Amino acid sequence: MLGTGIFLFSRRIAFVRRNINMGRDIDLSDRKAERWKTMARVAIGQSKMVARPVAGILHICVYLGFVIINIEMLEIVLDGLLGTHRIFSSLGSVYNVLIAIFEILAFAVLVACVIFLIRRNVIALARFKSPEMGGWPSMDANIILVVEIVLMFAFLSMNATDAIAQSLDVDHYVKAGSFPISQFLVPMYSGLSEAGIVIAERGFWWLHIAGVISFLVYVPYSKHFHILLAFPNTYYSNLNKSGTLNNMASVKKEVDLMMDPTADPYATPPPPDNNAEPEAPLSFGVKDGTDLNWKQIMESYSCTECGRCTSVCPASMTGKLLSPRKIMMDSRDRVDEIGHNRDANDGVFKDDGKTLLGSYITEEELWACTSCQACVDACPINISPMGIILDMRRSLIMEDSKSPETITNMFNNIENNGAPWAFPAASRGDWIKDA
Amino acid sequence: MNTFKVPTMAEMIAEGKSPEVLFWVGCAGSFDDRAKRITKAIAQILHHANVSFAVLGAEESCTGDPAKRAGNEFLFQMQAATNIAVLNGYGIKKIVTGCPHCFNIMKNEYPELGGAYEVMHHSQFIATLISEGKITLADDHPFKGKRITFHDPCYLGRGNGEYEAPRSVIEALDAELVEMRRCKSKGLCCGAGGAQMFKEAEKGNKEINDQRTEDVLETSAAIVATGCPFCNTMMTDGVKSAEKSDTVNVQDIAEMIASAVSIVPE
Repeated sequence: MLGTGIFLFSRRIAFVRRNINMGRDIDLSDRKAERWKTMARVAIGQSKMVARPVAGILHICVYLGFVIINIEMLEIVLDGLLGTHRIFSSLGSVYNVLIAIFEILAFAVLVACVIFLIRRNVIALARFKSPEMGGWPSMDANIILVVEIVLMFAFLSMNATDAIAQSLDVDHYVKAGSFPISQFLVPMYSGLSEAGIVIAERGFWWLHIAGVISFLVYVPYSKHFHILLAFPNTYYSNLNKSGTLNNMASVKKEVDLMMDPTADPYATPPPPDNNAEPEAPLSFGVKDGTDLNWKQIMESYSCTECGRCTSVCPASMTGKLLSPRKIMMDSRDRVDEIGHNRDANDGVFKDDGKTLLGSYITEEELWACTSCQACVDACPINISPMGIILDMRRSLIMEDSKSPETITNMFNNIENNGAPWAFPAASRGDWIKDA
Repeated sequence: MNTFKVPTMAEMIAEGKSPEVLFWVGCAGSFDDRAKRITKAIAQILHHANVSFAVLGAEESCTGDPAKRAGNEFLFQMQAATNIAVLNGYGIKKIVTGCPHCFNIMKNEYPELGGAYEVMHHSQFIATLISEGKITLADDHPFKGKRITFHDPCYLGRGNGEYEAPRSVIEALDAELVEMRRCKSKGLCCGAGGAQMFKEAEKGNKEINDQRTEDVLETSAAIVATGCPFCNTMMTDGVKSAEKSDTVNVQDIAEMIASAVSIVPE
């Protein structure tokens, strides 16, 4: 079972890894020290989560619980493989303290998950109810929470029945561990016979380990993938100020040529140089999933659909069609679709008549963005929905020349008289006269 | 108000002088009637503080920001190349501008294209002048004790992490600075950025500037201080449509400082 779990998990990871690599190249190999620090602060330290204290602190409980209870998973797996029982119990009092800590964390996770379920389904916070959250995304979130509750319950029940077995001097059950939380579950199971206790204990052990392995396989198919991808995603964070929008190198080359009086537009291009940098992409901006750069694809797979971006977006909050979260979800869904398409067609993408911009994301959404960067600031793992939005505008304008009429006028004005409005350039200094 | 002549770079160079700073006026500051008042206020402050400065006048051109944010990278880079040629031609080292969009793009996006300058937003420059004691405020200026809130421009605040300079300018006025519910890194956009200023808003159930005006009204501030000509327009319109123009005044921090110094007897 463990082997199957690891196989399925690895297969999905390989698929996503390949999909991320379908993206365009972007060099993020610089400033390594700063990158490690960002990852330590934002992913390991959860610094941006606490901007919303309730969700933030509950999330830290689940996060710590997940990370630390995994030490106990090691014991459970080893016991399963070696046929031992509580293999680490020889640690003595240290073991007791560890088990106590695991129990307290398990209880914290359980409580946090229950509160999360209530926030999503009973209180129904606005950010969990946007149109893009209908159907599968809401179900996905609930499945994860319920599974976590079941896992924690199984873990605590396993300890409770183990404690009973220990007190009954059942063979094989070493006297080890302290059970500050599961002691309260003991009355639930104390009516069982000795054999019943052993069956229950084994049952919870199996439920826990089978649950964990299934969860391992489920995670990379779901929004819960962030528990792994948050780390590389924050490592490769955009380290520039959020106001900075990249200058397109391919455009710079052409502008340099135009501005260079010695350039000969009719010159034969130099012979291809094998050491030269790869050719500039054939199209400007992002139209389909594979026009995204690999970091943007990684971001789309890292997104947890928490909706903090959408809840602070000025366009979303005033009823416009744009939702930054939807931009990330659409990007992921389209890249996933392209990946499956390739796999089904011997590794070559077969035109399916769809594009990310057009079939998933509409122009109206893109034109609602004010580029205020609130979504970038709000994301707990430094995703930039705005980057994708602006890259798509680049495709709209530079590939398809599609813009609202007023925007076209603005371009014309800048081109003709150096200002977004139709004022003559010569009158730019007129205010001086009355100063 | 004292009258004085604002010199252009061309005039300065002709006289064999080179100014300490270039005042980059920006398109709104040059052509929009409301924003021209902010431009004049900045010029007055620079003059008052004896800063040697000049403007480009007709040689200035759009930085390309609205084109770039709307997706037209070609037009942006053409504008940038032209402006950089002019700025480098004059050997400009330091730029002060009243527009956070010009500030951001020249500070962060021009260097890679060959235009590296020390770029300051006017709030930063004014804050420096105040801390150096180069600005003398009148004893009885009208902002003392006034309830003032500051609306962070996205490209000054979130975009470049500058939250303190404009606030320190307001505090220098002995005013009562009150913060909106959403402020600093959580500040809400006025609705004009990303080229929205030049188009109709997309369909929705509310205008963004009206939403932001609600934040302002919650503070019961008498003045909304701004640091961006576009925010100024949006907030002025928002206050107007909330029918609060009588009680809430929208002013750029430069205008406030200029009117606080202008009554100083020379």
